[in-house]
Amino acid sequence: MIREYITTMKGFRTHLLPTDKYKTNTLVLKMKAPLAKEIVTLRALLPYVWQSGTKTYPSMKALRTHLDELYGATLNVDLTKKGEYHIITVRLDVANEKFLKEQPSLLRQAVQLLSEIVLSPALENGRFVSQIVEQEKRALKQRIQSVYDDKMRYANLRLVEEMCQNEPYALHVHGRLEDVDAITPESLFSYYEKALQEDEIDLYIIGDMEETSTLEMAQSYFQFPSRSTQEAKQASTPPKAITNVREVVEKQDIKQGKLNIGYRTHITYEDDDYYALQQFNGIFGGFSHSKLFINVREKASLAYYAASRLESHKGLLMVMAGIEPANYEKAMQIIHEQMKAMKQGDFTDEEMEQTKAVIRNQLLETLDTPRGLVEVLYHNVVSSRKRPIEEWLAKTDEVSREDVIRVAEKIELDTIYFLTGMEGEQ
Amino acid sequence: MEKIVYDQLQEQLYYEKMPNGLDVYILPKKSFNKTYATFTTKYGSVDNQFVPRGKTEMKRVPDGIAHFLEHKLFEKEDGDVFQQFSKQGASANAFTSFTRTAYLFSSTSNVEKNLETLIDFVQTPYFSEQTVEKEKGIIGQEIRMYDDNPDWRLYFGVIESLYQHHPVKIDIAGTVESIAGITKELLYECYETFYHPSNMLLFIVGPVDETAMMEQIRHNQMKKTFLEASPVQRFVYNEPEGAATPYRVIPMHVQTSKCLVGIKAKYVMQKGKEKLKHELAMNVLLDYLFGKSSPHYERLYKLGLIDETFAYEYTEEEQFGFAIVGGDTSNPDQLSEELKHIMLSFQESKLTVEELERVKKKKIGSFLRALNSPEYIANQFTRYAFHETSLFDVVPVLESLTVADIAQVANECFHESQLAVCQVVPKEERT
Repeated sequence: MIREYITTMKGFRTHLLPTDKYKTNTLVLKMKAPLAKEIVTLRALLPYVWQSGTKTYPSMKALRTHLDELYGATLNVDLTKKGEYHIITVRLDVANEKFLKEQPSLLRQAVQLLSEIVLSPALENGRFVSQIVEQEKRALKQRIQSVYDDKMRYANLRLVEEMCQNEPYALHVHGRLEDVDAITPESLFSYYEKALQEDEIDLYIIGDMEETSTLEMAQSYFQFPSRSTQEAKQASTPPKAITNVREVVEKQDIKQGKLNIGYRTHITYEDDDYYALQQFNGIFGGFSHSKLFINVREKASLAYYAASRLESHKGLLMVMAGIEPANYEKAMQIIHEQMKAMKQGDFTDEEMEQTKAVIRNQLLETLDTPRGLVEVLYHNVVSSRKRPIEEWLAKTDEVSREDVIRVAEKIELDTIYFLTGMEGEQ
Repeated sequence: MEKIVYDQLQEQLYYEKMPNGLDVYILPKKSFNKTYATFTTKYGSVDNQFVPRGKTEMKRVPDGIAHFLEHKLFEKEDGDVFQQFSKQGASANAFTSFTRTAYLFSSTSNVEKNLETLIDFVQTPYFSEQTVEKEKGIIGQEIRMYDDNPDWRLYFGVIESLYQHHPVKIDIAGTVESIAGITKELLYECYETFYHPSNMLLFIVGPVDETAMMEQIRHNQMKKTFLEASPVQRFVYNEPEGAATPYRVIPMHVQTSKCLVGIKAKYVMQKGKEKLKHELAMNVLLDYLFGKSSPHYERLYKLGLIDETFAYEYTEEEQFGFAIVGGDTSNPDQLSEELKHIMLSFQESKLTVEELERVKKKKIGSFLRALNSPEYIANQFTRYAFHETSLFDVVPVLESLTVADIAQVANECFHESQLAVCQVVPKEERT
């Protein structure tokens, strides 16, 4: 169904995904390391410094002008958490010249440029350019603070902070505000050299390509330094025992209450029960036919959004709903009832079938975008468990009611977080 | 069925007008898993005064009713259409914009069934008093959610500042108070006025057989009876050229300030290629001035006045057109002065042919990238078709743009009186 050619090269792996679906070709570079307090802020800064200048294009303007010349190639970077790993992603997307009047060799230029962004950044005196580092430190601080202004994101982040205290997963994907100021061009550069040696690095190339020559291109342009360790570092956290459910209420001057609830599923992408967990989430709150949507929104008309989602590599289930502050008890009661119903097997065969059909559809649709395709395949890098798409589809079909109930029984409520208004406070 | 071939883009589009007036387009994309279909009416939040079908007098309806109708159309006597779609493995949705309401599904199986469900549910309204009341609670929470979102408040804040009368200034969902006045009867009245097939467009993109699918749609439409097509009479607002409120500040519970500058277009092209050209010229101008490779961007970024949230965009619809520039900032007043100055001091002589060519190249590349997305194709094709122009003309029109075309839109739009500044600032700072 998906043709993925994986080749191990010096210091990294290349994944070729040939397809004629798109009008552009996409390059995605991912660098993975365990989440850790000491380096999370350095990692959050690094890709933003990369995209501010390279050796050949030493300023943002020079680099962006070059991207324009490559028919509006787009370059973007981001950071994500997958379980206890911190992942840096750099994406470069370039037009397929066969749809242009002129026919420059854009793919080769794109591979060359991406390698330069990561391997030959703009330097002064053998370290990063201080003006760039200072500028990006300022932007990073703004990025960390901006989460506070998006109340839905903020509520989710606060729940994770409360729920995963003392676990690396509680770290913010953009790092720690208090650690930004101390970063220097030297300290960032020495971390950069270390990351190139120690991170697990994967390059994905998606599009209309000739495989052999594309592989040669990747090999010749991406000259990573020799690696100090062969095996990528493994992250792990001991399972957390929940002694009592925590309830955290925070007040701000807002109109709608944001209710976020965290559960431990004790199941991750590695486990056999992963497909049953997906099925559980689909019946419980993942879709518009799910129990949360039907009961919190459609029947009780308490919310516009009421849903659940999984953090697959961490084994968390998160529920979120936006409600009138006064309806907290009512909403909590309905959500508890839905969880209880799941544990008691109070769901129909029709709900089972519906959910399987929608999960299958969602997966196939995700594979239709270059970005989605890479994200699905990258699970197999993050996890020691390899799950081909065909297995994913077949195993989803095989999930039984008993499997879902067994999974439901394992799920434990951990923390309830409620961000609410100040009504009656002032 | 008409076949339209776009050689350079290697796309083939099929078109047919049904006897009842419905426009149907099919774009086969064999290598995709999913089929994406939109069924869109030319009816949005700005259509708040019109002559209801069968009546003779203009009528003003409650703000937010187009969006309310969109929510309610999913509910039928025997339950919720979402359920039907998910049983058929599809994911369904809908959205209401200023000028359109679109219903859509995407699916990788049961495509014929899902298409039938889409057409039938949109063409079979069922509104009851009880469900209308219940929906007020849900939409009330949707409105509250946006109330807490500073980017949304800022976006509507700047539009409200630009317009004195035109209903584009009113939030698409209306207010908790305005939707309280919505009744079953009003919903039917709006439905009958705007959901006639002759006011609608069906677009399907995906791995489909165009001949069989067109036959299916023909058959579906022939089974149903519709009233005669009758053009909708909309109220035409007499909007002054200048912005309504030049400067406005919204204090909110945020840590980072935000600032947008709105630019009100003086002329709005009626339709056709001229409209497409006008819209693209304005977008090229904004890209030249504010794109990441522009000298202004670099300077403002170095000053710490903008960050990666900085964005710009121009939208032109039938009765209005406006551009918006800005983002998060450490100093909203300084940023608004800088942005205004950049626009007001624009000089044609500074824009070279080489720079224009670079911006055009960039635009062509991003257009190709957008065509990777079936959602983009269906939604934008429909938007352009309602303007009697074509999405697939974007590249040739971009290529034809000259320095004089760009200068013309700059001269038209960049006047102090047509600009409005709106800012969101942290509440604590103001006493």
